Amino acid sequence: MTMIITLIAAAVTFGTVLMYGTLGEILTEKSGNLNLGVEGIMYMGGAFGLFGAFYYEKAAGAAASGPLAIIIAILSALMAGMAASLIYSFITVTLRANQNVTGLALSIFGTGIGQFVGEYMRVREGGYVALSNNLKNAFSATIFPDFMVKIPVVGQILFSHTVFFYLAVVLAIIMFLFLKKTKYGMYLTAVGESPAVSDAAGINITLYKYLATVIGGGISAIGGMVYIMTTAGCVWNHEGLSGVGWLAVALVIFCIWRPLNAIWGSVLFGAMMIMYLRVTIPFIPTEIYKILPYIVTVIVLIFTSMKNSRDKQPPASLGLNYFREER
Amino acid sequence: MDTKYAIEMKGITKRFGQVVANDSINLTIKRGEILALLGENGSGKTTLMNMLSGIYQPDEGEIYKDGKLIYIHSPREAYEHGIGMIHQHYKLIEVFTAAQNILLGLDEKMDIKGANLKVKEICERYGFDIEPTTKVYDMSVSQKQTVEIVKVLYRGAEILILDEPTAVLTPQETDTLFEVLRNMKKDGKAIVIITHKLNEVMEVSDKVAVLRKGEYIGTVETRNTNPQALTDMMVGHSVALNINRPLYENPHKKLVVENLTCVDEEGIKKLDNVSFIANTGEILGVAGISGSGQKELLEAIAGLYPVKNGSIRVVDDKDNETELVGKTPRKIREAGVGMAFVPEDRLGMGLVGSMGMTGNMLLRSWKNGKGAFLKKKEPENLANRVMEELEVVTPSIDFPVRRLSGGNVQKVLVGREISNEPSVLMTAYAVRGLDINTSYTIYNLLTEQKMKGAAVVYVGEDLDVLLELADRILVLCGGRVSGIVDARTTTKEEVGLMMTQIGEDVDE
Repeated sequence: MTMIITLIAAAVTFGTVLMYGTLGEILTEKSGNLNLGVEGIMYMGGAFGLFGAFYYEKAAGAAASGPLAIIIAILSALMAGMAASLIYSFITVTLRANQNVTGLALSIFGTGIGQFVGEYMRVREGGYVALSNNLKNAFSATIFPDFMVKIPVVGQILFSHTVFFYLAVVLAIIMFLFLKKTKYGMYLTAVGESPAVSDAAGINITLYKYLATVIGGGISAIGGMVYIMTTAGCVWNHEGLSGVGWLAVALVIFCIWRPLNAIWGSVLFGAMMIMYLRVTIPFIPTEIYKILPYIVTVIVLIFTSMKNSRDKQPPASLGLNYFREER
Repeated sequence: MDTKYAIEMKGITKRFGQVVANDSINLTIKRGEILALLGENGSGKTTLMNMLSGIYQPDEGEIYKDGKLIYIHSPREAYEHGIGMIHQHYKLIEVFTAAQNILLGLDEKMDIKGANLKVKEICERYGFDIEPTTKVYDMSVSQKQTVEIVKVLYRGAEILILDEPTAVLTPQETDTLFEVLRNMKKDGKAIVIITHKLNEVMEVSDKVAVLRKGEYIGTVETRNTNPQALTDMMVGHSVALNINRPLYENPHKKLVVENLTCVDEEGIKKLDNVSFIANTGEILGVAGISGSGQKELLEAIAGLYPVKNGSIRVVDDKDNETELVGKTPRKIREAGVGMAFVPEDRLGMGLVGSMGMTGNMLLRSWKNGKGAFLKKKEPENLANRVMEELEVVTPSIDFPVRRLSGGNVQKVLVGREISNEPSVLMTAYAVRGLDINTSYTIYNLLTEQKMKGAAVVYVGEDLDVLLELADRILVLCGGRVSGIVDARTTTKEEVGLMMTQIGEDVDE
């Protein structure tokens, strides 16, 4: 019993990272932009998130406040992700370059930048970059009072997580309401389905594509920051972060482009990713566990394409650029 | 300034690069009147109307609405002026409902329930048949068109422009559409239909404006004119409108299809027990609403579509029959069976867009060459021959075919297929999007092949042409043969009716 509860708690911790990556990419892909640069964006988010929090603490000294550090970390990651996605948007929407190539290039570029910033900080600060324990605790503490966390079973499962998890859930719900219930959400869906139709309807395609991609990239980047600040213990760790972005891209497909599915989907993927640490079956190499999320994604892809339900397909113009005067 | 015109266009000129698409055109549109805008492909009809609907801006000229000078910078502004256009390719989001599509791009607050009611009301007023809550992907082509029309009406349009509205409709659906148009006319709307079908012009319009090569030729009252006069205006010189249909001396069996059944990936029957015989020296027309199995039929014969049941046999001069089912497209040719196939999607399946004419000719013959290197001489000769004989307009035979106009692309494709001198020539929508002149070139080529003794299978959309070109017409409905009729004696109504219901076999 305890084992299952700790497994769930750990799954949520890793799942939170994925949830940001996935939600951001869902928003991006809804506009018809397939941004394969999530991997690089999350690297940048991680590096710049740590950068922001670390230098804030350095400047403020012992007076550094936890909540402010969290806000600074979120903002730094957000800005980094938005900047990276702005490059992507400019190249694909304005210059109409191939989205796959641009995305892959952004992945390489972003991981490079992330590595550079992470390593540069390490070298400059004498080999070790870490926040003080005070701030570390602020990042990994729950927002609920102690007595709620101590409620048997339920407390651990529902109330023991970091502020980032609850923020991500709220974000998922907001995105769901936005896409389903508002005019602008409907317009965004329309842009992703058919830019030509939306253009004829008088919707500003470029604006929607830019906004969705830039905000989406910002959200994805927060995921990278959350990984560094929670799972990695506020230390630059590029190995743990590698592959997470790709997992988020897979998760978008798994969630069939629906934000609410991202909540349980990322926790499920999180569980599969950390299973090798918690549930070890003899003779099965841990690498097998690590490929589980990808296998599940492939199976989901097979099922959704077999059912051929039109409501469960990717945005129809995903990966295609729009040029009004092209025939 | 005369204010009885809803729209007055004065001296409109539009250039694309060096091409002048519209050359100082004057056009007037009146309320309570249906104006047909007639012209060949590439004559600038759609371009002109796109300037009214805000998709393009004119380089020169002025547009007046009710006597007031207006500028239309976007489709949205066109709506504000009460101008709505129904495009040839429907501008609908497939995963949205009818009502959602209608609301798309409107400034008002999103109120799906209210919109549903309002849509229902418009439908009742003009006699449309759609449910606001149906998703577009569940709709038939004519229902999608209806959504487009309702969308425009919902925005309060008084001036409706329809671009080739009947291209994809059955004769019955066309009649319904015309009825709706007449209702709207009575309601005081100004209506413009862009078309190149003369019979429809005569049937529904009050006035006809003719464009030729971007120039305005003139406007005539429909009741004071006739199809021949309009064609002369359109083409600029007299064109014989009759397709030459000679009889072939001694036809014999060429292609025998028996109880052919094909099933798609989802287990839906695309072809159900189809049987027919195509003879040498005969054009067998295939009619049907789009998606009735025409594509699958041709692909099955060409060896591109899996056959579940049945037999497809080719008969040679000595009455030897060769079974085609189970053979690959290449084997079908190696077995001595010549077969040419002009696919529906000519750039997708038939040609490689980024290659020139030579390269595309090579695609057919590269297997004949020996060694690893390509021999370009022969395809080059062929490309030159096709270019000359079919009057393909291209800067050079190595110019990417993607950048040729639709008519020229089609000529390259048909030219290549015919060059094989096939014994069975199959074409699908060979004249789709072609102007009258080019269409007739293609018809003549097909008839030429027929007189050389080939069995020609022609899948067509335009019933008038099928009736004049084909010797017999096979009518498909939902993957089944609803009848085979003699094209010389049947009527359009009979074929149209068979397209929508399974009738009795007339021939065999």
